Amino acid sequence: MTNAIAEAADQDVVFVIGSNTTENHPVIGSLIRQSHKKGGKIIVVEPRRIPLCRDADVFLQIKPGTNVALLNGLMNVIISEGLQDQKYIDERTEGYAELVEMVKDYTPEVVAEICNIDAEDLKKAARLYAKADKAGIYYAMGITQHITGTEGVMSVSNLALLCGKIGKYGCGVNPLRGQNNVQGACDMGCLPADYPAYQKVFKDEVREKFEKAWGVKLPSKPGLTVTEIMNAVEEGKVRGLYIMGENPMMSDPDLAHVEKALKKCELLVVQDIFLTETAALADVVLPGSSFAEKDGTFTNTERRVQRIRKAIKPVGDSHADFEILSDIMAALGYGNSFRTASEVFDEIAKVAPSYAGMSYERLENGGIQWPCPTKDHPGTPILHVGKFSRGERALFKPAPYRPSAEAPDAEYPMIFTTGRILYHYHTSTMTGRVQGLMNISGHSYVDINPADAAKLDVVSGDKVRVTSRRGSLVVDAKVTDTVAEGVLFMPFHFTDGPANVLTNTVIDTTAKIPELKVCAARIEKA
Amino acid sequence: MLNVTIDGIKLQVPEGTTILQAAESVGVEIPTLCYLKDLTPEASCRMCLVEIEGMPKLFTACSTPVAEGNVIFTKSEKVIAARRSVLDLILSTHNADCFSCAKNGECQLQNLCYEYGVEKTSFAGVKNNYPIDDSNEFFTYNPQQCILCQRCVQVCQNLHGEAVIGVVNRGFKARVSTPFQNLLKSSNCVSCGNCVSVCPVGALLPKSKERFRSFETKKVHTTCTYCGVGCQLDLIVKDDKVVGAQPLYGPANKGLMCVKGKFGYNFINHKDRLTKPLIRKDGELVEAEWSEAITYIADKIKAIKAESGPDALAGLSSARCSNEDNYVFQKMMRAAIGTNNVDHCARL
Repeated sequence: MTNAIAEAADQDVVFVIGSNTTENHPVIGSLIRQSHKKGGKIIVVEPRRIPLCRDADVFLQIKPGTNVALLNGLMNVIISEGLQDQKYIDERTEGYAELVEMVKDYTPEVVAEICNIDAEDLKKAARLYAKADKAGIYYAMGITQHITGTEGVMSVSNLALLCGKIGKYGCGVNPLRGQNNVQGACDMGCLPADYPAYQKVFKDEVREKFEKAWGVKLPSKPGLTVTEIMNAVEEGKVRGLYIMGENPMMSDPDLAHVEKALKKCELLVVQDIFLTETAALADVVLPGSSFAEKDGTFTNTERRVQRIRKAIKPVGDSHADFEILSDIMAALGYGNSFRTASEVFDEIAKVAPSYAGMSYERLENGGIQWPCPTKDHPGTPILHVGKFSRGERALFKPAPYRPSAEAPDAEYPMIFTTGRILYHYHTSTMTGRVQGLMNISGHSYVDINPADAAKLDVVSGDKVRVTSRRGSLVVDAKVTDTVAEGVLFMPFHFTDGPANVLTNTVIDTTAKIPELKVCAARIEKA
Repeated sequence: MLNVTIDGIKLQVPEGTTILQAAESVGVEIPTLCYLKDLTPEASCRMCLVEIEGMPKLFTACSTPVAEGNVIFTKSEKVIAARRSVLDLILSTHNADCFSCAKNGECQLQNLCYEYGVEKTSFAGVKNNYPIDDSNEFFTYNPQQCILCQRCVQVCQNLHGEAVIGVVNRGFKARVSTPFQNLLKSSNCVSCGNCVSVCPVGALLPKSKERFRSFETKKVHTTCTYCGVGCQLDLIVKDDKVVGAQPLYGPANKGLMCVKGKFGYNFINHKDRLTKPLIRKDGELVEAEWSEAITYIADKIKAIKAESGPDALAGLSSARCSNEDNYVFQKMMRAAIGTNNVDHCARL
């Protein structure tokens, strides 16, 4: 997030796109509703009628996969009605002319057709957002999990820049990260081309710095991403895979393909707290520890580094994860090992400039938002104030709309989309073991519109078979108008109907993110 | 700025500051039961009554703004007597069966009655006999313990934003309920438990698998392990086991939490937890010692690296784990193995 979470409760307009906020980031959802109570408006752009629509002033129920067209349409209206922040554009941006040229084709009528919405609602949303003083855009995987994920993010950024809403309180571009420490895992350099704090592995001066810090020669070639690793394993190019706290056998697209790859692996090490679907395939399983059993830090979606503290001893003979890794490093002949979490954090602060000013002592009072470059720096609640990371001016990145990889056809006539629900978390290894949560929601299902259900002669609770080009599942039907006609939604949490059996592995070529939000499917009574 | 004197302490406060806020700013504690930060004062419990010099009646500190020149007494005889009466009245409809109440030891009403020497009520008030609603998966509501402070109603309506509960009926018949007085299970309640977290007495109680008294537990301040909001909470620990969770007023969560963070902690001590390393032998995963497992892994990694180079190895780290775990993971891949083949589930 460019801005702080607390600002969500103090907005003139909240613009939510591709995020089911009250279910997946419930407390931010509550803050948005607080803002609404104080008179703030809410715009929701979503393929589903999510709970936040109850409070929304404008709800645009778009066809899945058409975010970029929608955002270009908003910019078209804003520019044609002269609602852009010209002063901000002139002083703080470049590439505006190209943006104007690109969005001019996206008239409300054209966009209404692509997105299957009302052109008047589009205009209303554009005016509300552009005219507001404090207006933040909040998005999640509904923007990113498409082959056009990168373009989706660029379009969000273009819209915010066009209205002068980056680098200001109550505004910004605010991705809501789905996991407790996904921000931190990225910050720490668990990315194939990045050392901690996004320092690039292929830059000589950066590599030299880390070679000095770590006392070894380091590789200069960027590594492989998750999806590429799975392919390389299947091709025999990657022979050994170490997986810590992940469950690709539930979370990755096309599970049949993942299983084939993992079974081919010569050495599969899985370090986790439960025997997950992935761990069950491993050659060695190591018992890690949960957040309650170790000291450390998480970095939340607003870049705030906060402490976790050891509340109980590790369960059984499990060990804190960094200790296990430290032991492996020692066994591999790499000398230095870490004994405490704060020792590790101190090394992080030495090599990661955005964390340089932090220490456990400083984190005692409410955490610190990076960048925090020095010991006396208070942290940075709002990014890009007065200056961008690339310099004085931000660059518009005009992105034309491209349709999703799979369009419905005669054989697979429905659009299939996936997501999470309030009562479960990711692959449900944790929430699946909480009886109350399982009592409320314990089985997989598919949401289907009443009109589509009537055609199949299906009512809620009936078994239906959902089939895509990758696989086929039988689950309960849930008849609901939260999805539009022609659209199916399935949560990906459940082992008794894992949605990712059906999803498409096609990826965004820049960010390598799979298109989990759209594929074509067929549904029939089982 | 306004000049005010509280218990002899002179201070200046901005216009609009309540007496309670002004007192807090100089460390003068005023007892409250219904007050919640971030909300319009309910002023229903009357515990925070204070005396203002020259005024005939007492004022609720939570809802009264300071006026220029106020001289305020928070512990005068008149104030203490009034607070005793308030507690006496609250007790008259409260089922003060503290022995069997799970809140015993951290009940704010019990603590205040002890502090003010109110042992039992002097009124023969009508006690309601509404049944306990235990239909929710995670908590119970007992109207007989409820003191109608309406903290739960305020949180549900104004902070969480669901507006599932409100006060129905009047007088002795009043209670907190859902529309049409249905069971919680049949309402729109999403079980966030924020009502339970703010209840000052034992009316709203978590359904805990363990029986414990607050004085048997310790609280450990930490960050929630579920989504990316980073809610701050106390884990409640008894005998090296997590038995509860209580939200704290963190910079992002402002005292709120969701159903997963509040009630989804039983996985921590679950019987399915992995407790020993496992190595596959003859197709089966069998228990092993740590030293054996570590040596096994290191030998295999070395062999693959010797035959096919470091890029024949790859690692997937975790957005679930801490920064420290992730830092050491990528350092292991890069410095100890020699490959940049390291990624995690950010895209999933």
